[in-house]
Amino acid sequence: MNKLNPLAVMSTEKAVGWKLFWKTVIARAYPRVVGQQREKSWIFFDIFLPMLAVSAYVFVYRAIHAPEEYIGFVVVGGAMTAFWMNIMWSMSMQLYWEKEQGNLALYIMAPNSMMAILLGMALGGMLATFLRAIAIILLGSLLFHVQYAIGNFLQLIGVFLAAMTALYGLGMITASLFLLLSREADHLVQLAQEPVYLVSGFYFPIRSFNFWIAAAASIIPLTLGLDAMRQLVFPSGAALGFLNVNVELSALLVLCVIFLFGARALLGYMERLAIREGRLTESRR
Amino acid sequence: MENTASSNRFEIWRSFWVATWLGWQIESNWTQPFLFAIYSIIKPLAGAAILVVMYSVITQGNFNTPIFPYLYYGNAFYQYVGAIMTGVSWAVIDDREHYKTLKYMYIAPISIPAYWLGRGVARFLTGSISVLITIAFGVLFLHVPLNLATVNWPLFLVALGIGVFMLAMMGLILASITLLIAHHFFLIGEATASALFLLSGAIFPLDVLPAWLRPVGFLVPITYWLELMRRSLIGNVAQAYPTLAHFGDLQLLGILAGLTVLFAIASTFVFRFCDYRAREQSLIDRVTNY
Repeated sequence: MNKLNPLAVMSTEKAVGWKLFWKTVIARAYPRVVGQQREKSWIFFDIFLPMLAVSAYVFVYRAIHAPEEYIGFVVVGGAMTAFWMNIMWSMSMQLYWEKEQGNLALYIMAPNSMMAILLGMALGGMLATFLRAIAIILLGSLLFHVQYAIGNFLQLIGVFLAAMTALYGLGMITASLFLLLSREADHLVQLAQEPVYLVSGFYFPIRSFNFWIAAAASIIPLTLGLDAMRQLVFPSGAALGFLNVNVELSALLVLCVIFLFGARALLGYMERLAIREGRLTESRR
Repeated sequence: MENTASSNRFEIWRSFWVATWLGWQIESNWTQPFLFAIYSIIKPLAGAAILVVMYSVITQGNFNTPIFPYLYYGNAFYQYVGAIMTGVSWAVIDDREHYKTLKYMYIAPISIPAYWLGRGVARFLTGSISVLITIAFGVLFLHVPLNLATVNWPLFLVALGIGVFMLAMMGLILASITLLIAHHFFLIGEATASALFLLSGAIFPLDVLPAWLRPVGFLVPITYWLELMRRSLIGNVAQAYPTLAHFGDLQLLGILAGLTVLFAIASTFVFRFCDYRAREQSLIDRVTNY
Protein backbone atom coordinates (compact mmCIF):
# COMPACT_ATOMS: atom_id res chain seq x y z
CA MET A 1 0.00 0.00 0.00
CA ASN A 2 1.33 3.43 -0.94
CA LYS A 3 2.19 5.67 1.95
CA LEU A 4 0.69 9.11 1.70
CA ASN A 5 3.10 12.03 1.78
CA PRO A 6 2.19 14.02 4.91
CA LEU A 7 3.06 17.31 3.15
CA ALA A 8 0.72 16.46 0.30
CA VAL A 9 -2.03 15.69 2.79
CA MET A 10 -1.44 19.02 4.50
CA SER A 11 -1.53 20.93 1.25
CA THR A 12 -4.87 19.43 0.23
CA GLU A 13 -6.36 20.01 3.66
CA LYS A 14 -9.06 22.66 3.45
CA ALA A 15 -7.92 25.90 4.99
CA VAL A 16 -10.46 27.95 6.85
CA GLY A 17 -10.53 31.02 9.07
CA TRP A 18 -7.23 32.73 9.79
CA LYS A 19 -5.28 29.96 8.07
CA LEU A 20 -7.15 30.63 4.84
CA PHE A 21 -6.66 34.35 5.34
CA TRP A 22 -2.87 34.07 5.62
CA LYS A 23 -2.61 31.50 2.84
CA THR A 24 -4.46 33.95 0.60
CA VAL A 25 -2.14 36.78 1.63
CA ILE A 26 0.92 34.70 0.80
CA ALA A 27 -0.58 33.40 -2.45
CA ARG A 28 -1.26 36.94 -3.70
CA ALA A 29 2.04 38.33 -2.50
CA TYR A 30 4.06 35.52 -4.10
CA PRO A 31 3.68 36.40 -7.80
CA ARG A 32 4.49 40.01 -7.11
CA VAL A 33 7.68 39.18 -5.20
CA VAL A 34 8.77 36.57 -7.73
CA GLY A 35 7.88 38.83 -10.65
CA GLN A 36 10.11 41.54 -9.29
CA GLN A 37 13.03 39.13 -9.16
CA ARG A 38 12.61 38.29 -12.83
CA GLU A 39 13.21 41.79 -14.03
CA LYS A 40 15.17 44.12 -11.85
CA SER A 41 14.87 47.32 -13.88
CA TRP A 42 12.42 48.60 -11.25
CA ILE A 43 15.27 49.01 -8.78
CA PHE A 44 16.69 51.84 -10.89
CA PHE A 45 13.40 53.46 -11.80
CA ASP A 46 11.80 53.05 -8.39
CA ILE A 47 14.71 54.18 -6.23
CA PHE A 48 17.14 56.34 -8.12
CA LEU A 49 14.69 58.51 -10.02
CA PRO A 50 12.41 59.40 -7.04
CA MET A 51 15.56 60.33 -5.13
CA LEU A 52 16.31 62.91 -7.80
CA ALA A 53 12.81 64.36 -7.43
CA VAL A 54 13.29 64.66 -3.66
CA SER A 55 16.62 66.38 -4.32
CA ALA A 56 14.85 68.97 -6.46
CA TYR A 57 12.69 70.02 -3.52
CA VAL A 58 15.78 70.11 -1.29
CA PHE A 59 17.47 72.50 -3.71
CA VAL A 60 14.38 74.73 -3.75
CA TYR A 61 14.79 75.15 0.00
CA ARG A 62 18.50 75.78 -0.50
CA ALA A 63 17.73 78.40 -3.17
CA ILE A 64 15.47 80.31 -0.81
CA HIS A 65 17.87 79.88 2.14
CA ALA A 66 15.54 77.80 4.31
CA PRO A 67 16.70 76.53 7.72
CA GLU A 68 18.45 73.12 7.48
CA GLU A 69 15.68 71.18 9.27
CA TYR A 70 13.42 71.76 6.27
CA ILE A 71 15.86 69.68 4.20
CA GLY A 72 15.27 66.81 6.60
CA PHE A 73 11.52 67.35 6.35
CA VAL A 74 11.72 66.90 2.57
CA VAL A 75 13.81 63.73 2.84
CA VAL A 76 11.43 62.09 5.31
CA GLY A 77 8.38 63.28 3.34
CA GLY A 78 9.90 62.01 0.11
CA ALA A 79 10.47 58.60 1.67
CA MET A 80 6.88 58.40 2.83
CA THR A 81 5.55 59.05 -0.68
CA ALA A 82 6.61 55.45 -1.41
CA PHE A 83 3.88 54.14 0.90
CA TRP A 84 1.20 56.38 -0.56
CA MET A 85 2.22 55.29 -4.08
CA ASN A 86 2.08 51.66 -2.95
CA ILE A 87 -1.49 51.81 -1.72
CA MET A 88 -2.70 53.86 -4.68
CA TRP A 89 -0.93 52.05 -7.54
CA SER A 90 -0.33 48.59 -6.13
CA MET A 91 -3.59 48.10 -4.26
CA SER A 92 -6.36 50.37 -5.48
CA MET A 93 -5.36 50.72 -9.10
CA GLN A 94 -4.33 47.07 -9.23
CA LEU A 95 -7.95 46.01 -8.68
CA TYR A 96 -8.89 47.84 -11.87
CA TRP A 97 -6.08 46.10 -13.75
CA GLU A 98 -7.16 42.75 -12.30
CA LYS A 99 -10.67 43.46 -13.55
CA GLU A 100 -9.33 44.22 -17.01
CA GLN A 101 -7.29 41.00 -16.96
CA GLY A 102 -10.25 38.92 -15.82
CA ASN A 103 -8.75 38.00 -12.44
CA LEU A 104 -11.13 40.05 -10.31
CA ALA A 105 -14.05 37.72 -10.97
CA LEU A 106 -11.85 34.80 -9.86
CA TYR A 107 -11.00 36.58 -6.61
CA ILE A 108 -14.67 37.11 -5.88
CA MET A 109 -15.60 33.53 -6.76
CA ALA A 110 -12.87 32.00 -4.60
CA PRO A 111 -13.76 31.30 -0.94
CA ASN A 112 -11.30 33.84 0.44
CA SER A 113 -11.35 37.27 1.99
CA MET A 114 -10.93 40.27 -0.29
CA MET A 115 -9.01 41.96 2.52
CA ALA A 116 -6.50 39.11 2.36
CA ILE A 117 -6.09 39.64 -1.39
CA LEU A 118 -5.47 43.34 -0.86
CA LEU A 119 -3.08 42.70 2.01
CA GLY A 120 -1.21 40.24 -0.20
CA MET A 121 -0.90 42.85 -2.92
CA ALA A 122 0.39 45.36 -0.39
CA LEU A 123 2.87 42.98 1.21
CA GLY A 124 4.07 41.79 -2.19
CA GLY A 125 4.81 45.36 -3.14
CA MET A 126 6.38 46.07 0.25
CA LEU A 127 9.82 44.93 -0.88
CA ALA A 128 9.99 47.68 -3.47
CA THR A 129 8.24 50.17 -1.20
CA PHE A 130 10.58 49.68 1.75
CA LEU A 131 13.62 49.64 -0.48
CA ARG A 132 12.52 52.92 -2.04
CA ALA A 133 11.76 54.56 1.31
CA ILE A 134 14.98 53.38 2.94
CA ALA A 135 17.06 54.38 -0.09
CA ILE A 136 15.61 57.89 -0.02
CA ILE A 137 16.26 58.21 3.72
CA LEU A 138 19.82 56.88 3.49
CA LEU A 139 20.87 58.66 0.31
CA GLY A 140 19.05 61.85 1.27
CA SER A 141 20.60 61.89 4.73
CA LEU A 142 24.10 61.25 3.38
CA LEU A 143 23.93 63.67 0.47
CA PHE A 144 22.31 66.52 2.34
CA HIS A 145 23.85 65.94 5.77
CA VAL A 146 20.51 65.58 7.55
CA GLN A 147 20.91 65.45 11.32
CA TYR A 148 18.55 63.25 13.33
CA ALA A 149 18.01 63.29 17.09
CA ILE A 150 15.71 60.42 18.00
CA GLY A 151 14.48 60.89 21.54
CA ASN A 152 12.00 58.07 21.94
CA PHE A 153 12.65 55.18 19.55
CA LEU A 154 9.75 53.07 20.80
CA GLN A 155 7.31 55.90 20.27
CA LEU A 156 8.73 56.41 16.78
CA ILE A 157 8.16 52.73 15.92
CA GLY A 158 4.66 52.96 17.41
CA VAL A 159 3.80 56.03 15.33
CA PHE A 160 5.15 54.40 12.15
CA LEU A 161 3.23 51.16 12.69
CA ALA A 162 0.02 52.98 13.59
CA ALA A 163 0.35 55.23 10.53
CA MET A 164 1.01 52.25 8.26
CA THR A 165 -1.91 50.24 9.67
CA ALA A 166 -4.30 53.16 9.25
CA LEU A 167 -2.87 53.93 5.82
CA TYR A 168 -3.35 50.40 4.53
CA GLY A 169 -6.86 50.39 6.02
CA LEU A 170 -7.53 53.56 4.05
CA GLY A 171 -5.97 51.87 1.02
CA MET A 172 -8.46 49.01 1.33
CA ILE A 173 -11.32 51.49 1.53
CA THR A 174 -10.18 53.27 -1.64
CA ALA A 175 -9.60 49.88 -3.28
CA SER A 176 -13.24 48.99 -2.61
CA LEU A 177 -14.27 52.09 -4.58
CA PHE A 178 -12.17 50.83 -7.48
CA LEU A 179 -14.42 47.76 -7.69
CA LEU A 180 -16.95 50.08 -9.30
CA LEU A 181 -14.55 52.09 -11.41
CA SER A 182 -13.49 51.57 -14.95
CA ARG A 183 -11.29 53.75 -17.15
CA GLU A 184 -11.57 56.65 -14.73
CA ALA A 185 -9.50 54.65 -12.20
CA ASP A 186 -6.20 55.67 -13.76
CA HIS A 187 -7.12 59.35 -13.71
CA LEU A 188 -8.37 59.23 -10.13
CA VAL A 189 -5.13 57.68 -8.95
CA GLN A 190 -3.23 60.40 -10.78
CA LEU A 191 -5.45 62.94 -9.07
CA ALA A 192 -4.68 61.46 -5.66
CA GLN A 193 -1.00 62.37 -5.84
CA GLU A 194 -0.13 66.08 -5.86
CA PRO A 195 -3.25 67.16 -3.90
CA VAL A 196 -2.44 64.59 -1.20
CA TYR A 197 1.23 65.58 -1.13
CA LEU A 198 0.02 69.15 -0.66
CA VAL A 199 -2.58 68.70 2.08
CA SER A 200 -0.56 66.09 3.99
CA GLY A 201 2.51 68.31 4.11
CA PHE A 202 4.94 65.89 2.49
CA TYR A 203 7.46 68.66 1.83
CA PHE A 204 6.69 71.21 4.56
CA PRO A 205 5.28 71.17 8.10
CA ILE A 206 1.50 70.72 8.11
CA ARG A 207 1.40 73.44 10.76
CA SER A 208 1.95 75.93 7.91
CA PHE A 209 -1.75 75.54 7.17
CA ASN A 210 -4.66 76.95 9.13
CA PHE A 211 -5.59 74.67 12.09
CA TRP A 212 -8.85 73.50 10.55
CA ILE A 213 -7.27 72.70 7.18
CA ALA A 214 -4.57 70.69 8.95
CA ALA A 215 -7.20 68.96 11.07
CA ALA A 216 -9.24 68.06 7.99
CA ALA A 217 -6.10 66.78 6.23
CA SER A 218 -5.47 64.52 9.23
CA ILE A 219 -8.07 62.11 7.85
CA ILE A 220 -5.16 60.90 5.68
CA PRO A 221 -3.04 58.93 8.17
CA LEU A 222 0.24 60.05 6.63
CA THR A 223 -0.51 63.64 7.66
CA LEU A 224 -0.36 62.90 11.38
CA GLY A 225 2.15 60.09 10.94
CA LEU A 226 4.61 62.33 9.12
CA ASP A 227 4.13 65.20 11.53
CA ALA A 228 4.66 62.96 14.57
CA MET A 229 7.71 61.27 13.04
CA ARG A 230 9.28 64.63 12.19
CA GLN A 231 8.71 65.76 15.77
CA LEU A 232 10.40 62.61 17.03
CA VAL A 233 13.44 62.58 14.74
CA PHE A 234 14.40 66.24 14.33
CA PRO A 235 15.69 68.48 17.12
CA SER A 236 13.41 71.36 16.12
CA GLY A 237 10.58 69.09 14.99
CA ALA A 238 8.45 69.67 18.07
CA ALA A 239 8.53 73.44 17.54
CA LEU A 240 7.16 72.98 14.02
CA GLY A 241 4.73 70.19 14.93
CA PHE A 242 0.96 70.39 14.51
CA LEU A 243 -0.21 68.62 17.71
CA ASN A 244 1.47 66.87 20.62
CA VAL A 245 2.91 63.47 19.54
CA ASN A 246 0.77 61.57 22.05
CA VAL A 247 -2.37 63.22 20.71
CA GLU A 248 -1.33 62.39 17.15
CA LEU A 249 -0.56 58.78 18.08
CA SER A 250 -3.96 58.43 19.77
CA ALA A 251 -5.67 59.89 16.70
CA LEU A 252 -3.77 57.44 14.49
CA LEU A 253 -4.92 54.52 16.62
CA VAL A 254 -8.51 55.71 16.29
CA LEU A 255 -8.03 55.96 12.52
CA CYS A 256 -6.65 52.39 12.48
CA VAL A 257 -9.84 51.06 14.05
CA ILE A 258 -12.14 53.18 11.88
CA PHE A 259 -10.36 52.39 8.62
CA LEU A 260 -9.92 48.65 9.21
CA PHE A 261 -13.53 48.08 10.24
CA GLY A 262 -14.68 50.54 7.57
CA ALA A 263 -12.66 48.67 4.94
CA ARG A 264 -14.21 45.35 5.92
CA ALA A 265 -17.73 46.75 5.78
CA LEU A 266 -17.19 48.78 2.62
CA LEU A 267 -15.45 45.97 0.74
CA GLY A 268 -18.41 43.68 1.46
CA TYR A 269 -20.92 46.36 0.45
CA MET A 270 -19.05 47.37 -2.70
CA GLU A 271 -18.60 43.75 -3.71
CA ARG A 272 -22.35 43.14 -3.44
CA LEU A 273 -23.07 46.39 -5.28
CA ALA A 274 -20.59 45.57 -8.01
CA ILE A 275 -22.11 42.10 -8.40
CA ARG A 276 -25.64 43.54 -8.53
CA GLU A 277 -24.68 46.16 -11.12
CA GLY A 278 -22.54 43.77 -13.14
CA ARG A 279 -19.38 45.85 -12.75
CA LEU A 280 -16.99 43.04 -11.83
CA THR A 281 -16.42 41.87 -15.36
CA GLU A 282 -17.24 45.03 -17.27
CA SER A 283 -14.55 46.51 -19.44
CA ARG A 284 -15.45 49.98 -20.65
CA ARG A 285 -12.57 50.87 -22.90
CA MET B 1 10.52 55.51 -56.53
CA GLU B 2 8.85 58.87 -55.99
CA ASN B 3 5.55 57.09 -55.45
CA THR B 4 7.07 54.97 -52.67
CA ALA B 5 8.45 58.04 -50.86
CA SER B 6 5.11 59.80 -51.18
CA SER B 7 3.30 56.71 -49.94
CA ASN B 8 5.62 56.52 -46.89
CA ARG B 9 4.99 60.18 -46.06
CA PHE B 10 1.26 59.59 -46.33
CA GLU B 11 1.53 56.55 -44.03
CA ILE B 12 3.43 58.56 -41.44
CA TRP B 13 0.92 61.43 -41.48
CA ARG B 14 -2.07 59.10 -41.44
CA SER B 15 -0.60 57.16 -38.48
CA PHE B 16 0.08 60.40 -36.64
CA TRP B 17 -3.36 61.96 -37.13
CA VAL B 18 -5.36 58.82 -36.42
CA ALA B 19 -3.27 58.24 -33.27
CA THR B 20 -3.87 61.85 -32.24
CA TRP B 21 -7.62 61.37 -32.55
CA LEU B 22 -7.45 58.05 -30.69
CA GLY B 23 -5.29 59.52 -27.93
CA TRP B 24 -7.70 62.41 -27.44
CA GLN B 25 -10.64 60.02 -27.16
CA ILE B 26 -8.80 57.94 -24.55
CA GLU B 27 -7.66 60.97 -22.56
CA SER B 28 -10.87 62.94 -22.56
CA ASN B 29 -13.94 60.74 -22.79
CA TRP B 30 -13.47 58.73 -19.61
CA THR B 31 -15.84 61.02 -17.72
CA GLN B 32 -18.27 63.92 -17.98
CA PRO B 33 -16.84 67.25 -19.28
CA PHE B 34 -17.42 68.87 -15.88
CA LEU B 35 -15.39 66.25 -14.01
CA PHE B 36 -12.74 66.39 -16.71
CA ALA B 37 -12.48 70.16 -16.17
CA ILE B 38 -12.19 69.72 -12.38
CA TYR B 39 -9.49 67.11 -12.88
CA SER B 40 -7.63 69.40 -15.28
CA ILE B 41 -7.67 72.22 -12.74
CA ILE B 42 -6.94 70.47 -9.43
CA LYS B 43 -3.89 68.44 -10.40
CA PRO B 44 -1.69 71.23 -11.81
CA LEU B 45 -2.74 73.73 -9.17
CA ALA B 46 -1.93 71.30 -6.36
CA GLY B 47 1.52 70.71 -7.86
CA ALA B 48 2.15 74.45 -8.04
CA ALA B 49 0.68 75.01 -4.58
CA ILE B 50 3.28 72.68 -3.00
CA LEU B 51 6.02 75.01 -4.23
CA VAL B 52 4.08 78.13 -3.32
CA VAL B 53 3.54 76.91 0.25
CA MET B 54 7.21 75.85 0.57
CA TYR B 55 8.26 79.27 -0.66
CA SER B 56 5.82 81.27 1.45
CA VAL B 57 6.63 79.34 4.66
CA ILE B 58 10.27 80.38 4.36
CA THR B 59 9.84 83.92 2.99
CA GLN B 60 6.79 84.79 5.11
CA GLY B 61 4.74 85.32 1.96
CA ASN B 62 7.07 87.77 0.22
CA PHE B 63 6.34 87.06 -3.44
CA ASN B 64 8.23 90.10 -4.79
CA THR B 65 11.59 88.41 -5.27
CA PRO B 66 13.04 87.28 -8.63
CA ILE B 67 13.22 83.65 -7.46
CA PHE B 68 9.44 83.36 -7.12
CA PRO B 69 8.49 84.02 -10.79
CA TYR B 70 11.57 82.00 -11.75
CA LEU B 71 10.34 78.88 -9.97
CA TYR B 72 6.66 79.50 -10.71
CA TYR B 73 7.11 79.77 -14.49
CA GLY B 74 9.66 76.96 -14.50
CA ASN B 75 7.23 74.68 -12.70
CA ALA B 76 4.30 75.74 -14.92
CA PHE B 77 6.09 75.01 -18.21
CA TYR B 78 7.70 71.91 -16.82
CA GLN B 79 4.25 70.30 -16.88
CA TYR B 80 4.81 69.89 -20.62
CA VAL B 81 7.80 67.67 -19.91
CA GLY B 82 5.83 65.12 -17.89
CA ALA B 83 2.79 65.35 -20.15
CA ILE B 84 4.54 64.83 -23.48
CA MET B 85 7.16 62.28 -22.40
CA THR B 86 4.58 60.26 -20.44
CA GLY B 87 2.02 60.63 -23.21
CA VAL B 88 4.31 59.09 -25.78
CA SER B 89 5.83 56.35 -23.62
CA TRP B 90 2.59 55.40 -21.85
CA ALA B 91 1.06 54.45 -25.21
CA VAL B 92 3.33 51.38 -25.27
CA ILE B 93 2.14 50.07 -21.89
CA ASP B 94 -1.46 51.00 -22.59
CA ASP B 95 -1.53 49.19 -25.92
CA ARG B 96 0.59 46.23 -24.90
CA GLU B 97 -0.72 45.36 -21.44
CA HIS B 98 -4.07 47.08 -21.11
CA TYR B 99 -5.81 47.03 -24.47
CA LYS B 100 -3.52 44.26 -25.79
CA THR B 101 -3.48 45.89 -29.20
CA LEU B 102 0.23 46.61 -29.66
CA LYS B 103 0.72 43.44 -31.70
CA TYR B 104 -2.12 44.54 -34.02
CA MET B 105 -0.49 47.95 -34.40
CA TYR B 106 2.72 46.21 -35.39
CA ILE B 107 1.05 44.18 -38.14
CA ALA B 108 -1.01 47.14 -39.41
CA PRO B 109 0.31 49.32 -42.28
CA ILE B 110 1.30 52.20 -39.98
CA SER B 111 4.48 53.88 -38.80
CA ILE B 112 4.93 52.90 -35.14
CA PRO B 113 6.99 55.97 -34.07
CA ALA B 114 4.46 58.28 -35.76
CA TYR B 115 1.65 56.43 -34.02
CA TRP B 116 3.30 56.86 -30.59
CA LEU B 117 3.97 60.53 -31.24
CA GLY B 118 0.32 60.98 -32.21
CA ARG B 119 -0.78 59.36 -28.96
CA GLY B 120 1.34 61.92 -27.13
CA VAL B 121 -0.46 64.87 -28.73
CA ALA B 122 -3.50 64.38 -26.50
CA ARG B 123 -1.33 64.76 -23.41
CA PHE B 124 0.23 67.84 -25.00
CA LEU B 125 -3.26 69.35 -25.33
CA THR B 126 -4.30 68.52 -21.76
CA GLY B 127 -0.86 69.69 -20.61
CA SER B 128 -1.44 73.02 -22.37
CA ILE B 129 -4.66 73.46 -20.39
CA SER B 130 -2.75 72.77 -17.16
CA VAL B 131 0.01 75.24 -18.07
CA LEU B 132 -2.52 77.97 -18.89
CA ILE B 133 -4.48 77.41 -15.68
CA THR B 134 -1.32 77.43 -13.55
CA ILE B 135 -0.05 80.66 -15.09
CA ALA B 136 -3.46 82.34 -14.90
CA PHE B 137 -3.76 81.39 -11.22
CA GLY B 138 -0.31 82.76 -10.45
CA VAL B 139 -0.92 86.03 -12.27
CA LEU B 140 -4.37 86.57 -10.75
CA PHE B 141 -3.76 85.49 -7.16
CA LEU B 142 -0.02 85.40 -6.46
CA HIS B 143 1.17 88.54 -8.25
CA VAL B 144 3.34 86.56 -10.67
CA PRO B 145 4.52 89.24 -13.13
CA LEU B 146 3.16 89.04 -16.68
CA ASN B 147 2.51 91.89 -19.09
CA LEU B 148 1.06 90.61 -22.34
CA ALA B 149 2.14 93.79 -24.14
CA THR B 150 5.81 93.26 -23.33
CA VAL B 151 5.95 89.52 -23.98
CA ASN B 152 8.42 88.60 -26.72
CA TRP B 153 5.86 86.60 -28.73
CA PRO B 154 8.11 85.49 -31.63
CA LEU B 155 10.67 84.11 -29.18
CA PHE B 156 7.91 82.50 -27.13
CA LEU B 157 6.32 80.74 -30.10
CA VAL B 158 9.59 79.56 -31.68
CA ALA B 159 10.94 78.29 -28.34
CA LEU B 160 7.65 76.57 -27.53
CA GLY B 161 7.59 74.85 -30.93
CA ILE B 162 11.18 73.61 -30.72
CA GLY B 163 10.68 72.59 -27.10
CA VAL B 164 7.59 70.52 -27.80
CA PHE B 165 9.38 68.74 -30.67
CA MET B 166 12.41 68.11 -28.43
CA LEU B 167 10.17 66.64 -25.68
CA ALA B 168 8.42 64.43 -28.23
CA MET B 169 11.81 63.04 -29.31
CA MET B 170 12.71 62.35 -25.67
CA GLY B 171 9.32 60.66 -25.28
CA LEU B 172 10.09 58.50 -28.30
CA ILE B 173 13.33 57.36 -26.69
CA LEU B 174 11.44 56.46 -23.51
CA ALA B 175 8.72 54.67 -25.47
CA SER B 176 11.38 52.59 -27.22
CA ILE B 177 12.97 51.65 -23.88
CA THR B 178 9.51 50.86 -22.49
CA LEU B 179 9.19 48.19 -25.18
CA LEU B 180 11.89 46.25 -23.36
CA ILE B 181 10.70 46.60 -19.75
CA ALA B 182 7.83 45.10 -17.80
CA HIS B 183 4.74 46.99 -16.73
CA HIS B 184 5.59 46.95 -13.04
CA PHE B 185 7.26 50.23 -13.63
CA PHE B 186 4.67 51.94 -15.74
CA LEU B 187 5.50 55.49 -14.74
CA ILE B 188 8.80 55.66 -16.56
CA GLY B 189 7.81 58.91 -18.26
CA GLU B 190 6.87 60.61 -15.01
CA ALA B 191 9.90 59.25 -13.19
CA THR B 192 12.26 60.49 -15.87
CA ALA B 193 10.50 63.83 -15.85
CA SER B 194 11.00 63.97 -12.08
CA ALA B 195 14.69 63.30 -12.52
CA LEU B 196 15.07 66.02 -15.14
CA PHE B 197 13.18 68.36 -12.81
CA LEU B 198 16.34 68.37 -10.72
CA LEU B 199 18.88 68.64 -13.51
CA SER B 200 17.21 71.28 -15.66
CA GLY B 201 16.97 73.96 -12.99
CA ALA B 202 13.24 74.16 -13.49
CA ILE B 203 12.49 75.46 -10.01
CA PHE B 204 15.86 76.76 -8.86
CA PRO B 205 18.88 78.26 -10.61
CA LEU B 206 21.50 75.69 -11.66
CA ASP B 207 24.06 77.47 -9.45
CA VAL B 208 22.36 75.91 -6.43
CA LEU B 209 23.37 72.44 -7.66
CA PRO B 210 26.69 71.00 -6.47
CA ALA B 211 29.49 72.00 -8.85
CA TRP B 212 30.00 68.40 -10.08
CA LEU B 213 26.33 68.08 -11.08
CA ARG B 214 26.01 71.42 -12.88
CA PRO B 215 27.61 70.26 -16.17
CA VAL B 216 24.89 67.60 -16.48
CA GLY B 217 22.31 70.36 -16.26
CA PHE B 218 23.98 72.13 -19.18
CA LEU B 219 23.62 68.98 -21.29
CA VAL B 220 19.85 68.82 -20.75
CA PRO B 221 18.01 70.73 -23.50
CA ILE B 222 15.11 71.45 -21.11
CA THR B 223 17.44 73.83 -19.22
CA TYR B 224 17.73 76.11 -22.26
CA TRP B 225 14.10 75.71 -23.22
CA LEU B 226 12.82 76.80 -19.79
CA GLU B 227 15.22 79.75 -19.77
CA LEU B 228 13.89 80.85 -23.15
CA MET B 229 10.28 80.50 -22.01
CA ARG B 230 10.99 82.64 -18.95
CA ARG B 231 12.92 85.25 -20.93
CA SER B 232 10.18 85.54 -23.52
CA LEU B 233 7.56 86.14 -20.83
CA ILE B 234 9.32 88.15 -18.14
CA GLY B 235 12.61 89.24 -19.68
CA ASN B 236 14.93 90.73 -17.10
CA VAL B 237 13.62 88.81 -14.11
CA ALA B 238 14.73 85.57 -15.74
CA GLN B 239 18.17 87.03 -16.35
CA ALA B 240 18.67 87.88 -12.68
CA TYR B 241 20.64 84.66 -12.19
CA PRO B 242 24.14 84.27 -13.59
CA THR B 243 23.78 80.65 -14.80
CA LEU B 244 22.77 81.42 -18.39
CA ALA B 245 22.94 85.22 -18.26
CA HIS B 246 25.96 85.40 -20.56
CA PHE B 247 24.03 83.72 -23.38
CA GLY B 248 21.91 85.85 -25.72
CA ASP B 249 18.43 84.71 -26.78
CA LEU B 250 19.64 83.62 -30.22
CA GLN B 251 22.52 81.68 -28.71
CA LEU B 252 20.13 79.86 -26.41
CA LEU B 253 17.84 79.12 -29.36
CA GLY B 254 20.79 77.75 -31.31
CA ILE B 255 21.85 75.47 -28.44
CA LEU B 256 18.27 74.26 -27.99
CA ALA B 257 17.88 73.56 -31.71
CA GLY B 258 21.22 71.73 -31.83
CA LEU B 259 20.39 69.51 -28.86
CA THR B 260 16.93 68.85 -30.32
CA VAL B 261 18.49 67.59 -33.55
CA LEU B 262 20.82 65.37 -31.51
CA PHE B 263 17.89 63.89 -29.60
CA ALA B 264 15.96 63.36 -32.84
CA ILE B 265 18.87 61.39 -34.30
CA ALA B 266 19.33 59.47 -31.04
CA SER B 267 15.62 58.60 -30.92
CA THR B 268 15.85 57.01 -34.38
CA PHE B 269 18.71 54.76 -33.36
CA VAL B 270 17.24 53.92 -29.94
CA PHE B 271 13.92 53.01 -31.56
CA ARG B 272 15.59 50.75 -34.12
CA PHE B 273 17.63 49.00 -31.45
CA CYS B 274 14.75 48.52 -28.97
CA ASP B 275 12.34 47.50 -31.72
CA TYR B 276 14.80 44.86 -32.92
CA ARG B 277 15.37 43.54 -29.37
CA ALA B 278 11.64 43.48 -28.57
CA ARG B 279 10.91 41.45 -31.71
CA GLU B 280 13.83 39.10 -31.02
CA GLN B 281 12.74 38.50 -27.43
CA SER B 282 8.99 38.25 -28.19
CA LEU B 283 8.16 41.25 -26.00
CA ILE B 284 5.64 42.92 -28.30
CA ASP B 285 2.64 41.11 -26.78
CA ARG B 286 3.99 40.59 -23.26
CA VAL B 287 1.61 40.99 -20.31
CA THR B 288 3.23 41.32 -16.87
CA ASN B 289 0.32 41.87 -14.57
CA TYR B 290 1.81 41.13 -11.22
